[in-house]
Amino acid sequence: MSDKKKKKLPPQAQEYQSFQQDREVKRPIFKNCIKAFLVGGTICLIGQCITTFYIYFFDFTEQTAGNPTVATLIFITMLLTGFGVYDHIGQFAGAGTAVPVTGFGNAVISSAIEHRTEGFILGVGGSMLKLAGPVIVYGVFSAFIVALIKTILIQWGGL
Amino acid sequence: MIFLWSFIIGGLICVIGQIMFDAFKLSPAHTLTTLVVIGAVLDGIGLYEPLIDFAGAGATVPITSFGNSLVHGAMEEAEKHGLIGVVTGMFEVTSSGISAAIIFGVIGALLFRPKG
Repeated sequence: MSDKKKKKLPPQAQEYQSFQQDREVKRPIFKNCIKAFLVGGTICLIGQCITTFYIYFFDFTEQTAGNPTVATLIFITMLLTGFGVYDHIGQFAGAGTAVPVTGFGNAVISSAIEHRTEGFILGVGGSMLKLAGPVIVYGVFSAFIVALIKTILIQWGGL
Repeated sequence: MIFLWSFIIGGLICVIGQIMFDAFKLSPAHTLTTLVVIGAVLDGIGLYEPLIDFAGAGATVPITSFGNSLVHGAMEEAEKHGLIGVVTGMFEVTSSGISAAIIFGVIGALLFRPKG
């Protein structure tokens, strides 16, 4: 809780806040980072294997093979999410499973499955992107700003 | 060799995410959004492409590549059509990630039932 919010609270609540902060379990940052590194690295290694597979057996170059790799990984995520395995890996690995595209896929697929009881149009269709929406929205917006600045610099700045 | 580098670079990007989770107490949505914006900016200054050449899937699999490919599609179209291309070309390269997520999301909802 920030200091500004703290000042507004009555003294007893402030006391409680500091009491609670002392007893809060410290997050084992170093251990979590090791786990995230190992699991995240393994997912990327699997991705690299798939990329190599697409380069050798289909007509993809190293630049374009990223796209089918991402699609394949999201397909694997669908199976893992559906059978309930992904949650267990996610519990263990934290950001190791959230940061690769599999985390993005899991966010979309798990909310699609979760909301199917509300019907396919409003439930699945409406809630699917609830968690992944911000990523798309701000990804697109920031990409727009970056590309706009770069285009203006190239066209009028003679970069 | 690229297998080793993809493991290390991919792992390091996940560690950055984990530090944002734990040290800055950001929610997963905030972390992922920040990483995507970082990816877009890195591609804007021309640093992401060398990273992909160097680490392969270590750079294309983390969510940062999402921002990178959005900027990439926009820039490719912008070279042909100028400023209009920035808007129209945005999803050209990224489409596989988003469409795969949506397609498999619907298929997943058809196949599986919610647990618990």
